[in-house]
Amino acid sequence: MINIMSAILILAGVFFYLAGSIGLLRLPDLYSRLHALTKADNLGLGLLAAGLSLHSQDLFIMLKLLLVWLAVLAASATSAHLIARQARRQETGS
Amino acid sequence: MNPASLLVFDVLLLLSIVGLAWASLATTDVRRSVILFIAFGLVLAVAWGRLLAPDVALAEAAIGAGLSGALLLAAAHRQPRLLTPESTNAPRNHGAAGAGVVLRWAVTLLCTALAGTLAWALLHVFSSTPHDMLPGAISANLAASGVSNPVTAVLLNFRAYDTLLELAVLLTAVLGIFALGQATPGYQPAGPVFDGLVRWLVPVLILTAGYLLWVGAHAPGGAFQAGAMLAAAGVVLRLAGRTDTGLPEGFVLRIVMAAGVGVFLLVGLALLLLGRPFLGYPPAWAGALILLIETAAMLSIAATLLLAFLGGQPESTGVKAAADRQREEISRC
Repeated sequence: MINIMSAILILAGVFFYLAGSIGLLRLPDLYSRLHALTKADNLGLGLLAAGLSLHSQDLFIMLKLLLVWLAVLAASATSAHLIARQARRQETGS
Repeated sequence: MNPASLLVFDVLLLLSIVGLAWASLATTDVRRSVILFIAFGLVLAVAWGRLLAPDVALAEAAIGAGLSGALLLAAAHRQPRLLTPESTNAPRNHGAAGAGVVLRWAVTLLCTALAGTLAWALLHVFSSTPHDMLPGAISANLAASGVSNPVTAVLLNFRAYDTLLELAVLLTAVLGIFALGQATPGYQPAGPVFDGLVRWLVPVLILTAGYLLWVGAHAPGGAFQAGAMLAAAGVVLRLAGRTDTGLPEGFVLRIVMAAGVGVFLLVGLALLLLGRPFLGYPPAWAGALILLIETAAMLSIAATLLLAFLGGQPESTGVKAAADRQREEISRC
């Protein structure tokens, strides 16, 4: 039962990663590409981490996976912000 | 997991490693090349993990991809001339272009010869020695090494000599960096979002460094990975525009830089005086001595990597205060 649930979570995570990657390749401009990549990949990683922590059934590993997810959330949100700000500055020419 | 799906994964991994390496070398845009190199390092770290070598994977991700990437990006940033493909590509006259082509082919041939020799040597070693000889010897003596992680046992006990010399190489490198003169001025102060990240990321990085140092005795980790984490904290502070990267100053900095080699040598010489072989720890003391050496090595490694990123001697406090005053005045205007 737990195995099935973890498999479903991991597959859902992979789906969001796929969606994010397709968005990165297909969307027209930088801002929407950033949006697709960070939002979808963060959710994908969260689902993946949830699936893997169910699979591990070990509290220490669960906490480590949670920490990994939180660190990536903060880092990707910040880098998306920095990239978007830089692009906007170049656009407005200031 | 069944072998077929793992084979697919391995082939994909290999293809992306070779593809990223090729793309990184083939592009004429320096910044693109560096970013591809960072991606290459991360995929290589996954490959090391797949080979059940988590210690190497950690080192590759932290030093190979992370810090080397930051170093290369900073170097590319300081050489804007190289960033435009036209200026490097467009030949001034045909003679120079011909020389460039000859040089390129000579380097390619030399690299191929080197890679061929290495591959031949590796093949020779693998075919002439029995595969399980070294792992067997290590696990037979692991109990006397003072640690339970075989990688740390080899690096800090069985082949401690090699690690001592590696640290000496790092010390030589940092002396070269000091010879470059003053460090380049820092970056602009970061905006509130990046500053917010730095505020909690730096303590977490320092904590992770301590954890990796401690856990190295019985699980993947150790001085090199911990030192890279500590240096990363300084690099992040630097990128966020702080003038203070946590490096000590003057005499203390010199002691920290030399601590890795110094403590290693002192331990080795003390053991010689006690009538033991150089770096032949008594089993009862091995764990504590390894932790002592690794702590000193971590500090030296972190200082060396951070100084490499700064690109020279850090500014003294007086200069720093003056720079801060100047910056305040600029922001007031």
